[in-house]
Amino acid sequence: MTAEGRPGPAAEGADNSSAILKLAIMAVGGQGGGVLSNWVADLAELGGHDAQVTYVAGVAQRTGATIYYVEMAPKSGNGAVFALSPTPGDVDVLIASELMEAGRAVQRGFVTPDRTTLIASSHRILAVSEKQVPGDGRGDGEEVREALSAGAKELLCFDMDRLARESGSVISSSLFGGLARSGALPFPVELYEEVVRASGRGAEASLRAFRAALNHKEEDSPPAPRKTEIRARGPRRLLAAWAGLEARLEALPEEARTMARAGLRKVVDYQDPAYGAEYLDRVERALLADDPSKGHVLTIAAAKHVANAMCYDDIIRVADLKTRSGRDARLRREQQIPPGGVVRVTEYFHPRAEELISILPAWIGRRVDGGGVAGKVLGRLAGGGRRLRSDRLGGFLTLWLLGGLRPVRRRLTRHAVEAAHVERLMDTALTAAGTDYELGVEVFECQRLIKGYSDTHARGLSKFDAVLSGLDLVKARGDASDWLRRLRQAALRDEDGAALKGALETIKSFADED
Amino acid sequence: MAERSFKKEVEHLRMPAGGTFSGEGILAITKALLENGVGYVGGYQGSPISHLMDVLSDAQELLEELGVHFESSASEAAAAAMLAASVHYPIRGAVTFKSTVGTNVASDALANLASGGVKGGALVIVGEDYGEGSSIMQERSHAFAMKSQIWLLDPRPNLPSIVKAVGDGFRLSETSNTPVMLQLRIRSCHLRGSFTAGENLRPAMTVRDALENPTRDVERIVLPPSSYLHEREKVAKRLPAAREFIAGEGLNEFFGNDAGKVGIVAQGGMYNGVVRALQRLGLAETDGRTDIPLYVMNVTYPLVEDEVLAFTAGKEAVLIVEEGHPDYIEQGIRAILHKAGRTVPVEGKGEGRFPEAGELTGEAMRDAVSGFMRDHAAELLPAVGRAPNSPPVLRDDRLEGNVPPRPPGFCVGCPERPIFAATKLVQRELGEHHIAGDIGCHLFSINAPFNIGATTMGYGLGPASNSAFNAKGAEKRSIAFIGDGGFWHNGLASSIGNAVYNDNDGVIVIVDNYYSSATGGQDLPSSRVEKSNRNTGNPIKKAVEGVGAKWVRQIDRTYDVGRMRDTLREALTTKETGPKIIVASSECMLNRRRREKPAEAKAVAEGRRIQRTRFGVDEDVCTGDHACIRLSGCPSLSLKKLDDPLRDDPVAAIDSDCVGCGNCGEVADAAVLCPSFYQADLVRNPGRAETILSRLRGLAIRFLQRRRESRLLSFDAEAAS
Repeated sequence: MTAEGRPGPAAEGADNSSAILKLAIMAVGGQGGGVLSNWVADLAELGGHDAQVTYVAGVAQRTGATIYYVEMAPKSGNGAVFALSPTPGDVDVLIASELMEAGRAVQRGFVTPDRTTLIASSHRILAVSEKQVPGDGRGDGEEVREALSAGAKELLCFDMDRLARESGSVISSSLFGGLARSGALPFPVELYEEVVRASGRGAEASLRAFRAALNHKEEDSPPAPRKTEIRARGPRRLLAAWAGLEARLEALPEEARTMARAGLRKVVDYQDPAYGAEYLDRVERALLADDPSKGHVLTIAAAKHVANAMCYDDIIRVADLKTRSGRDARLRREQQIPPGGVVRVTEYFHPRAEELISILPAWIGRRVDGGGVAGKVLGRLAGGGRRLRSDRLGGFLTLWLLGGLRPVRRRLTRHAVEAAHVERLMDTALTAAGTDYELGVEVFECQRLIKGYSDTHARGLSKFDAVLSGLDLVKARGDASDWLRRLRQAALRDEDGAALKGALETIKSFADED
Repeated sequence: MAERSFKKEVEHLRMPAGGTFSGEGILAITKALLENGVGYVGGYQGSPISHLMDVLSDAQELLEELGVHFESSASEAAAAAMLAASVHYPIRGAVTFKSTVGTNVASDALANLASGGVKGGALVIVGEDYGEGSSIMQERSHAFAMKSQIWLLDPRPNLPSIVKAVGDGFRLSETSNTPVMLQLRIRSCHLRGSFTAGENLRPAMTVRDALENPTRDVERIVLPPSSYLHEREKVAKRLPAAREFIAGEGLNEFFGNDAGKVGIVAQGGMYNGVVRALQRLGLAETDGRTDIPLYVMNVTYPLVEDEVLAFTAGKEAVLIVEEGHPDYIEQGIRAILHKAGRTVPVEGKGEGRFPEAGELTGEAMRDAVSGFMRDHAAELLPAVGRAPNSPPVLRDDRLEGNVPPRPPGFCVGCPERPIFAATKLVQRELGEHHIAGDIGCHLFSINAPFNIGATTMGYGLGPASNSAFNAKGAEKRSIAFIGDGGFWHNGLASSIGNAVYNDNDGVIVIVDNYYSSATGGQDLPSSRVEKSNRNTGNPIKKAVEGVGAKWVRQIDRTYDVGRMRDTLREALTTKETGPKIIVASSECMLNRRRREKPAEAKAVAEGRRIQRTRFGVDEDVCTGDHACIRLSGCPSLSLKKLDDPLRDDPVAAIDSDCVGCGNCGEVADAAVLCPSFYQADLVRNPGRAETILSRLRGLAIRFLQRRRESRLLSFDAEAAS
């Protein structure tokens, strides 16, 4: 922590502006901060105060961070002189319409522990800088929440966005409810409601959202997603096979079982029980190389990443997933389709020649792979963007038939390539683990780099190769696993691999020195 | 159609004398113009005075009733030139635009206007886009006032003062035959407050009267020898007249105890900030009463020597509160004192007082005022006020590492997003290019995820700023973006005409979203709306062909990313010389939704068939690479973390704010990303046949699904629950 000098509020008695109540609203453009600030001013005026609202109506309307400022004071003969913008350390109430905006308010000094009541919605609107990262670039909301508690005198923080949406309204209404609930302004709740009621169109929904926030109880928050018991379903023969696999699962050490179960389920769901057996073979192989005193971290890493590697994303997988009944149900729920509602679904595909080759039998695929005339013909066949109406029989059938290739998948070109990849992952990781346990774990973790389809997949694969190319350079070092982790994190930071390249250069430079 | 409608508020503009008028600064100004018998009003939108144009536009009916002419000028230059109506005729006129950028554009007309002088009051209302929230270069309008000799008003930021300034400005202008600039800072424009209304007045002479009875005074025309006379007249007649009026009418204000030993001189617009600093030091009451002598300059140019000398007389020290660089006022006051042989210490910008540059925030104000008082009048300060600084505030690392920057960006469904996605894609193929930006929403391409654009040289000047990059035979071409706003503002001549005439081989993309969107969705010559009092519907394509452009491509659906990319590729590689112009047209989604939403609600209520389109992501197909986000940045396309121990990275997810623009699907297709995206069209009020067909399809599909699912092992949580 570093200290920053900042003129604070003058002590009690000296500050003649303390009769003025200062309230700031930090919002994301388009959230209705203007409506809210006007409500606050209406409220103040209704409550016998003079009020002044200022804001900046520039490009901040366009989804950027923006700030509204209200000052109010009991009516007096001459009227108070109000300031036009908030001053750090001199704000009584701060309303933030999003968690990180609340954090920004604290950073800017608009929230101070000596006097500021902070009313913040705990939901997140991710910034582009967080979303665009190939890995997980999201800020840590928990840490920010802790900082809010420490930074404010009073903190009111719950998901007011959800309450608003559930009431068919927008967040300005529930934030206003949060303000009423905080009791930070000297006005009764009835006055708040009068203001909302006078707002005309949508006033009923606004009132509902207002009251939802006013009366919100922590226990009303939606429970953590329930852990449903996921059971296998299917024909008896397959269930028997599944039971056999589950028995093998039980033989695994307890720490590794959860991950292996998830992995096994994924692999079997992806292909069949035989594939699941193959998966367990690999997990067991990792277990043999594991060191029980280390909590079976290696086996867990293997269980996770081998499952992901074995379930490579191909056309068959996509077609299979998109034609399942569970997908229908999810789509209707997510798109808020009323029961019995008619919905037209268009799937966006762009198969390339490579995808067509990948579903050719391996012996043919090997020959066309080099491109040439056959590649071109297939490229023409793939024909660029395809829009498939999967709610129609024709479109659905196309996908359904493709998904039906699942039983022959292991004889197709793509599988040969992917199976080799899995073996390479296993070998590299277990070899590394033989000399450096943590390094072996890190090698498995590198599978995380491979994801996506088409070019994205190719780029992931080349990052994977690049990171592993660093392995030889560092494996003799005591801190080899740290370096490999750093390389992987660098690879996840940007799309074109600039960070990774830099990290590799660094490694090369000290490898040369050694 | 402007983003915000003031139809309801403009009714208040009819309020008779004596009523209490409550509203925003811009409404107050409009009311003040009417109360002062303005004869004509014009202007060009731009923050912070965009809404002033919207208010005027919505008040068209009332303006007509009063015989006031109003028009939305094509540019600030056109607006300023409009003031020519006050040169020979005693008609009061007002124009408005943002400053300093608008004033830059207007300065040719303003300089000519100021040279010849005016007969009717001429008011230029500038929205000073300076400080936090500003979107332009940080400069001062003050310089324009000084160079052309236009008086500059900077009233205290409360509605009664602003309203009074409008009337003062007209009278000052008429008394001194000089145009007057009324400066409003960002926050004053939207300041909500109230004032006592006066009666609306019809102009003493209307533009119609003048048109039907033309007069001319050759001495007012800027042409030698009159222009030499003008310069002398400015100094010899107009300046003294102005000073006399300002002092005589008390336009500047004095507060506090005249006998105080230290005094503060402040721009009117800084008054509230100064008072707040004094309040916090215990030196001013809540209502602003103070013993500290304040000289508040509601007129910041010209300086009134007598007032300056009188105020500083007997003072032991004076503090000057002036926002922005350079410190013209401080220089002026120092010069006055110096010429008068005064030695009173003057403090303003510099060490320990005000920052040389930048906004005078509450913090800066308190630092400087408290420092000044501590050094020169410590005995006036209560004990705590004398303490230098409060305990340090701790910086929280938990915030530093997690709170992301949040610059403005494209809205949900913005038609400009796919244009930049296509540009990013074409650069992947053909390499990075030099790309010039312009002014408008499209400039958000500068930020992530597009990171496109190297310079922005002014409104309508994007393509012109690529003029130098015209090297015949070069392996790459320049690309420039320009919006429809910039195009009609001055881009047609300065950018397109220029490129055609000079045979510039660069690529020019004209982003046509039917409105001047960044300023709030005002209409333009190429807007598709039918207006009774404006001529719209003039295609940009026709205009560029009219100035001689040969290679012109019209794209009527920017969301077609593939076509957009192919057209850009063709433009960058074709052998043809001369500018390659792509007009990329799709309606601003904010405006479109505002139009369509009520219509849709109505259709649903009436039982008419209608489709609601949204996009979705299949979470089990998405692999969490976020390549789609790097080609979108749509607020509606975000991330969610799945409850799956096998997945480390969050997957893409589309929320219910999606307007179904199609960018996600188009990008996934054009960039060959992934098959996770689907489009779901909910059919509202489907017909009987459609419902039956849908049911039959559903039955067949469910049959196939069951058939497969009964033969395989499945763990589908959805099916299991």
